[in-house]
Amino acid sequence: MGAIDPALLLAALVVAATPILLAALGELVVERAGVLNLGVEGMMITGAICGFAVAVNTGSPAIGFVAAAAGGAVLALLFALLTQLALANQVASGLALTLFGLGLSSLLGQGYVGIKPPPTPRLDLGPLSDIPFLGRVVFSHDLMVYLALALVAAIWAMLKYTRAGLILRAVGENHDAAHALGYRVVRVRVLAILFGGACAGLGGAYISLIRVPQWTEGMTAGAGWIALALVVFASWKAGRVLLGAWLFGGVTVLQLNLQAAGLAIPVEYLSMSPYLITILVLVIMSADKSRAPASLGRIFHASQ
Amino acid sequence: MTLTRLLTSAALALGLATGATAQDKTKVGFIYVGPIGDGGWTYEHDKGRLAVEEHFGDAVETVYQESVPEGADAARAITQMALQGADLIFTTSFGFMEPTLEVAKKFPNVKFEHATGYKTLPNVSTYSARFYEGRAVQGHIAGEMTESNTIGYIASYPIPEVIRGINSAYLHAKKVNPDVEFKIIWAYTWFDPAKEADAAQALIEQGADVILQHTDSTAPQAAAEKAGDVITFGQASDMAEYAPFPRVSSIIDNWAPYYIDRTQAVIDGTWESQQVWHGIDEGMVKIGEITDAVPADVKADALALKETMAAGEYHPFTGPINRQDGSAWLAEGEIADDGTLLGMDFYVEGISGQIPN
Amino acid sequence: MLRLEKRPQPSRIWTWATPPLAVLVTMIAGGALFAALGKDPVEAIATIFWKPLFGEFAFYYRPQLLIKATPLILIAIGLSLGFRAGVWNIGAEGQYILGALTGAGVGLALYPLDSAVVFPLMIIAGALGGWAWAMIPALLKVRFGTNEILVSLMLVYVAEQLLAAMALGPMRNPDGHGFPGSRNLRDYPSAHNAEIIEGTGMHWGVAAAVIAVIAAYVLLSRHILGFQIRLAGQAPRAARFSGVRPGRLVLVCLGTSGALAGLAGMFEVAGPAGQVSIDFNVGYGFTAIIVAFLGRLHPVGIALAGLLMALTYIGGEMAQSTLGLPAAAIQLFQGMLLFFLLAVDLLTNYRIRIRKKEVA
Repeated sequence: MGAIDPALLLAALVVAATPILLAALGELVVERAGVLNLGVEGMMITGAICGFAVAVNTGSPAIGFVAAAAGGAVLALLFALLTQLALANQVASGLALTLFGLGLSSLLGQGYVGIKPPPTPRLDLGPLSDIPFLGRVVFSHDLMVYLALALVAAIWAMLKYTRAGLILRAVGENHDAAHALGYRVVRVRVLAILFGGACAGLGGAYISLIRVPQWTEGMTAGAGWIALALVVFASWKAGRVLLGAWLFGGVTVLQLNLQAAGLAIPVEYLSMSPYLITILVLVIMSADKSRAPASLGRIFHASQ
Repeated sequence: MTLTRLLTSAALALGLATGATAQDKTKVGFIYVGPIGDGGWTYEHDKGRLAVEEHFGDAVETVYQESVPEGADAARAITQMALQGADLIFTTSFGFMEPTLEVAKKFPNVKFEHATGYKTLPNVSTYSARFYEGRAVQGHIAGEMTESNTIGYIASYPIPEVIRGINSAYLHAKKVNPDVEFKIIWAYTWFDPAKEADAAQALIEQGADVILQHTDSTAPQAAAEKAGDVITFGQASDMAEYAPFPRVSSIIDNWAPYYIDRTQAVIDGTWESQQVWHGIDEGMVKIGEITDAVPADVKADALALKETMAAGEYHPFTGPINRQDGSAWLAEGEIADDGTLLGMDFYVEGISGQIPN
Repeated sequence: MLRLEKRPQPSRIWTWATPPLAVLVTMIAGGALFAALGKDPVEAIATIFWKPLFGEFAFYYRPQLLIKATPLILIAIGLSLGFRAGVWNIGAEGQYILGALTGAGVGLALYPLDSAVVFPLMIIAGALGGWAWAMIPALLKVRFGTNEILVSLMLVYVAEQLLAAMALGPMRNPDGHGFPGSRNLRDYPSAHNAEIIEGTGMHWGVAAAVIAVIAAYVLLSRHILGFQIRLAGQAPRAARFSGVRPGRLVLVCLGTSGALAGLAGMFEVAGPAGQVSIDFNVGYGFTAIIVAFLGRLHPVGIALAGLLMALTYIGGEMAQSTLGLPAAAIQLFQGMLLFFLLAVDLLTNYRIRIRKKEVA
């Protein structure tokens, strides 16, 4: 009976967490701007097929990822038009977006079943990868993993230190006041929504191009919903999104590893554990009084 | 007038109508549980449908409905096809058993074929494939090829079909390699590429250098390719894009011959209710090309094993075989009966761990 | 330049005129989509909207419409109460599963008892199961202030695992040769949610849905609780001053929607579905959220929206099997319909004015 190697487990966890991390970061920015977009799953799967199709046709995973971001953003644009210009309800629009994205992706994906995408190389970090433990855990991944991590830092810094972050938060906290101060509420929100779509698209493409990699209908299998949960879990803080993604990915990977190691555990109940642990952590963290952006989900209309 | 009678009379009216036009077209319907783009189970059934179209040309029209949920929606989808004049309907998932029977009772003139079930009616047949024959070949190759003596198995749900596959693969791996050990992960899904990738990864990290899978995506193949020294087998479809390595062979669901056969029977008016369980012999289970990554002698032995099963000379479950707890199941030379195999809910001796439940 | 001006009150005309308008626009855009896929657009649209209602086999499809719409309406009615009060139950799917499990569980436990009490007991158990599952996010919210969107959503996944465990384990049919899935409740007359009048599709769940619509209507327009719910949603601070206890409201709203979702699951498992199986749930809990909004959170609107959704499902299936349209195209079409329905809502609440650019 083999024991579980913690280094390998951690390395697997980092990879497993990347798609939901990317999507959740995008959604974080969207929600910080006061918009609730429940269509993450739809944008992810659209990104997954756009990235896959373009990568296969061009032979370049990099161009594929760009296309995935574009695909996710285009779908998000639909949501932006609905909620920001037509002032439609955000919850319903987001759910409709998921339905639309799932349908669109399977239409686009006809003809891409059973094809292998061009491989994305593991980033060569030279001697760094040879460091015991750390080398395996930290320095043995593909570029997207590091991009996702960099994005965590970037979003954290942007929200905390920059003027753009300040405006974003102002719009999310009180859109009427922000409007009175002369900020363009709708423009800020549309940009945030597009950014969220692009991130979700990248997350989807990470699944279809690196993690799995193949195209099959419905392949994101609920990752978008997990990403949504992560944002709330993280109480709208970038660093905690990372923590949450690792925790969630970690529990999933760990339960599979425990099975592989031959431990007699009730599998069906263990499969519930990531969700139950998320709830538990949520209860523990609810002591923290940080709360949702005050204007989250509310419709803004500038009536002078 | 009750609904049943209404439906029956509608069916009769249609029966007459189609009878008048029977010379030109026979209508064959297919109910799929997944999307035809799933690359696995439904994808292969749809290939069977396309083969029917190609074989009969203008004599046959096929219709299908994909992603049909099991339960009430299935009953409606099947009824819809019957109402629209289908002469023969294939319902291609175990979960369609009850809806198929329910609809079949209302349409006595329409023929139904239900995959992997066990209930029949005068106008309902069942068909299923002896995938465990393919598993025997896989187990043989796996047992020969493993160097770590650890074989990983990604299982879906603990149902007889899956357990049968594990047992068959284990018995034949053990036969050529007494030290072999199986590590089994129950993924509790038929299809979740990301989870399958994680499961394969976990097994590889636990020292497995052969991965067998009973889930439909190619995610485990990709994980093995990344690891570099792990071999895999295609499941449901050939997964040839990962040949010659890590995918060294595959089990392919090949429904086309059966679908063509049964459509012909309906055209000829010779269709009768039956329960079939076809294997390598009838072509329903195909072994995908064994690549050169497998040593020539191992390949030859594997092919020989396949031939003995195709010829009916050898049954993968031939005694002596004990159950996991050590109690005797099959005596020397005894062959498992289909009833026990169909309801198999135990591991054979030597497999560690428990079937969840 | 176009300018939006908020109406003091939602326009009455547009409230009724926008849905048909949206359907019309969807038909045009959907027709273009179907034409692009190489199908006859007129025939495709007719197949989806006309044939199930008035086509050759309408006698079969009309009852099916009721069967399909019932769980959507039952769940959406419950959700709408919470949505009005600002309580976001996104996990109705899980409550639906739990209702089915507890309801079927009672029926299976009593098998083969032949008694008139079996079915009523199952109804109570189903409602309780859904209620209890919804109480988890409700109590956590009241006690710890955790977010109910997240907890209820997480519990959907837990419920799905529980469903698989039950279908494979304790509830597995002992006569089923080891295959997953419970006994078929349709073959157990005491537990079968049969049609009240054969051939109409009217099973007991339909009756429950009708009662729920009426009860919700009365509650919202006549009852003090209905007033509190509306107040809490529109003006939370004012609500607190007027004596609304937010904790109690959370418990009531989540509890009611959970119980209704549980009922929906129970009626489904004992009737149309027949058995507990791994893939029993098909997303009614999520679709119901859309239905609730399409119906503008109004009980009558929800009933109509539920029927419309059911129509696109059934008509969409017909279009698949008769015209060979891929399921994805139907999904896309439904997405479009929702988009347009949501977008034209603009006309109800705002006036579009054309104005010249003001000189600064």
